[in-house]
Amino acid sequence: MNLKKILPQLLTIVVVVLIFGFFSYNAQVNMDNRGITFGYGFLSQESSFDVQFSLIEYDGSHSYFRAYLVGLLNTILVSVIGIVFATIIGVVVGIARLSKNYLIERTAAVYVEFFRNIPLLLQIFFWYFAALRALPLPEKAEPMLGVFFLTIKGFFVPAFVWNNLDIFIYSIIAAIISIFFVRLYAKKKQENQGIQTPVLLISIGLLAVLPLLSFLIGGAEAYVEIPVIKQLSQSSFTYEGGLKLPPELISLALALSLYTATFIAENVRAGVQGVSKGQKEAAASIGLTPNQILKLVVMPQALRIIIPPTTNQYLNLTKNSSLAAAIAYPDLVLIFAGTALMQTGRAIEIVSITMLTYLSLSISISILMNWYNKKIAIKEK
Amino acid sequence: MNKFSFLTPDKDNLYVYLYSGLLLFLFSVIDVTLNSFLNINLTSFLPDTISFLLPLVLGYIGLHFIRIEYSGIKFLDLVNRNINTSHFNAFLSLIIIFVVIKVLPPALSWFILDANIAGDSKDACSGTGACWTYIKIWFNRFMYGMYPNDEQWRINISFISLAFLGSVGFFAPDKLKKYLTLYYVVIYPFIALLFIYFFISGGPIFFDFSYGIIAAAISIIIGFFIPSKFKMYYFLIVPITIYILLKYVFFYEELIELGKLEALEWVETGAWGGLSLTFIVSFFCLIFCFPIGLFLSLGRRSDLPIIKYISIGFIEFWRGVPLITVLFMSSVMFPMFLPEDMFIDKLVRVIIAISLFEAAYVAEVIRGGLQALPRGQYDAAKSLGMGYWKMHIFVILPQALKLVIPGIANTFLALVKDTPLIFVVGLLELAGMLGLAKTNPDWLGFAMEGYVFASIVFFIICYAMSKYSYNLEQKYKTER
Repeated sequence: MNLKKILPQLLTIVVVVLIFGFFSYNAQVNMDNRGITFGYGFLSQESSFDVQFSLIEYDGSHSYFRAYLVGLLNTILVSVIGIVFATIIGVVVGIARLSKNYLIERTAAVYVEFFRNIPLLLQIFFWYFAALRALPLPEKAEPMLGVFFLTIKGFFVPAFVWNNLDIFIYSIIAAIISIFFVRLYAKKKQENQGIQTPVLLISIGLLAVLPLLSFLIGGAEAYVEIPVIKQLSQSSFTYEGGLKLPPELISLALALSLYTATFIAENVRAGVQGVSKGQKEAAASIGLTPNQILKLVVMPQALRIIIPPTTNQYLNLTKNSSLAAAIAYPDLVLIFAGTALMQTGRAIEIVSITMLTYLSLSISISILMNWYNKKIAIKEK
Repeated sequence: MNKFSFLTPDKDNLYVYLYSGLLLFLFSVIDVTLNSFLNINLTSFLPDTISFLLPLVLGYIGLHFIRIEYSGIKFLDLVNRNINTSHFNAFLSLIIIFVVIKVLPPALSWFILDANIAGDSKDACSGTGACWTYIKIWFNRFMYGMYPNDEQWRINISFISLAFLGSVGFFAPDKLKKYLTLYYVVIYPFIALLFIYFFISGGPIFFDFSYGIIAAAISIIIGFFIPSKFKMYYFLIVPITIYILLKYVFFYEELIELGKLEALEWVETGAWGGLSLTFIVSFFCLIFCFPIGLFLSLGRRSDLPIIKYISIGFIEFWRGVPLITVLFMSSVMFPMFLPEDMFIDKLVRVIIAISLFEAAYVAEVIRGGLQALPRGQYDAAKSLGMGYWKMHIFVILPQALKLVIPGIANTFLALVKDTPLIFVVGLLELAGMLGLAKTNPDWLGFAMEGYVFASIVFFIICYAMSKYSYNLEQKYKTER
């Protein structure tokens, strides 16, 4: 080892250690002055604040850890909704961008340029403070399709009430497992005999039949509960029954999916354009049908280009969901880094937990993505 | 007469199909237009549903009739190729045309025809259209935040001169072109810092500014007589020395006298805001995040394990957390890490936080460029006996940075779009000011106008940036 290699590393370590030492020394002094001791024990204390919207049972008597879980679940909820809609819109717009129809191509292009060039925060504000505030009051809302009520207080939709829900879920799991085996079998069959099995049709059939069986034989039951208007006082109405999606959730999910969809659309476009024309011509010349060309030649290659940046966009969407704090949707940042921090004053612990949560979320997704990338990478010999 | 079928239009009866198709299509368009602009329903004698769907059906049949390949009529072929290739496409084209016609009148009426801009209070607005009066009255606040009205010329002058100084690169004679990098990387940011710190912030320290100018002028004049070999060191050391000498040795007594004179009024950073704050924040973050990101990317590709892993950890940490938590950290957690008597201004903390955050993204972009360079470039540079820094400064970085210019431009675009987030720490740029104006009791109920205005402003800025980056991409694509 020569000095030229050791010296810079040594210097870096010294600098990093010095900075961390300086910070932690100051933190120690500051906390001593305020009479707080560092520790995560507060997580089991009673939180004594309420949250408007929660997926699990929660009120002020639960612990701070429970509040953290509520926030985390709400973050995951809005991210999942956003990812689903962003993917749908993104794929549709991305394909529209490739259309030979001038009007469709332009419309998609205008959509993409417009929504990606306006800051996301502004879009969330717009939907929440301007667009959704123009909705009618509960008593004046027109029902959509008879059962959906879009009002200023939120979106009221019918809810399923289940008997024996577990059997239904088991049937879906069973369907997924059997689809997996069908795929395995089809692949083997194709490799051995060159015969293709209609996997997609079989999969859809399995997904439809097995849950249906759970209704017919298994004893699973579901009926729909339709929201009904209810008068709270002289001038205040609300809906009872069904499911209420708060306006914060709607505007956040709307803004997130519309914004992220523009990026996904560009990814889809780049992916499909990235498959060279020669590939399609070669596939056609060996006698594949157009459907087979799309399924066996174009899509596998396009997906290889599309998926990595799209996973990145999913990650961005999840991180951007933290903007919820701006419109008081109770997500992880608002509940934990906002309310809980205000009450306990434990800045270092709470901010570190919040950051670590997001960090582990994104690192696990990127590990998954790297694994997938390796799996689908072109294997050169 | 040849065989004639409405199901399969062909070229033989071209004009029959063309005229009947056009007639149907035009009728459907006129029907929708009248309906939407003048509120006249031509087909009101029909039941509602049929009357509503009729233009769609007629237009669809019309487009079907005129879908004749190689008709020999240039315009018809153009239309067919672009909006009328198949049944499905024709249907979508019709829907898009009708939606545009339907949306146009209400949009026009809200934006222009029924909108109000006169007057200076809420009463001047009729409420049928947009109330641009609101924007007009609040315009100063939206641009300058809480900055005192009488002092806003300082922001204007600073921005105009900075824009002027920034455009020097376009007019520089070829002889001076080689100094442009130095100018943009070192001198220009320094001048900008002086402007912001002494001019926009103001206060008695304004007189430091004049010392700075005197020091710069003296050192430039002397600089002409310094041999070019030492010029670099000269300009690094001498101006600062002259500045310190001027401030603390020669003019110390006078400073006290001058300080008593009426100087520019001090405006605390809490009062800055609006669009000008957006510019200030994104400008400085842009300047700081680039060098940090450059060093991080070099560190990540370094052979020295400790530096490599520290860089990786640093980059992945910032890339893994949302900006809003970083800002939370800078506002509530960071003060805990400082000695009690030490205070860093809120704006400075925010700029540091965003710079570190964006630097991680810039680092990844630059890494892409470094990886894209063929190994031969490294080997060639090494075989010429170049060391690490020489190799990177003269061979690797000029090529790698050229490759990643579009990527960096995109990162900067993301940075500009992220600046509204600084509302978390209580700094109100444009979006934040809108939130404030919205809750003003005299101006309730104009959220829509405000957000539309802000959206347009941001759209213009970001769209221009993205078009510029696209142009750069095209330019550098062809050169390789």
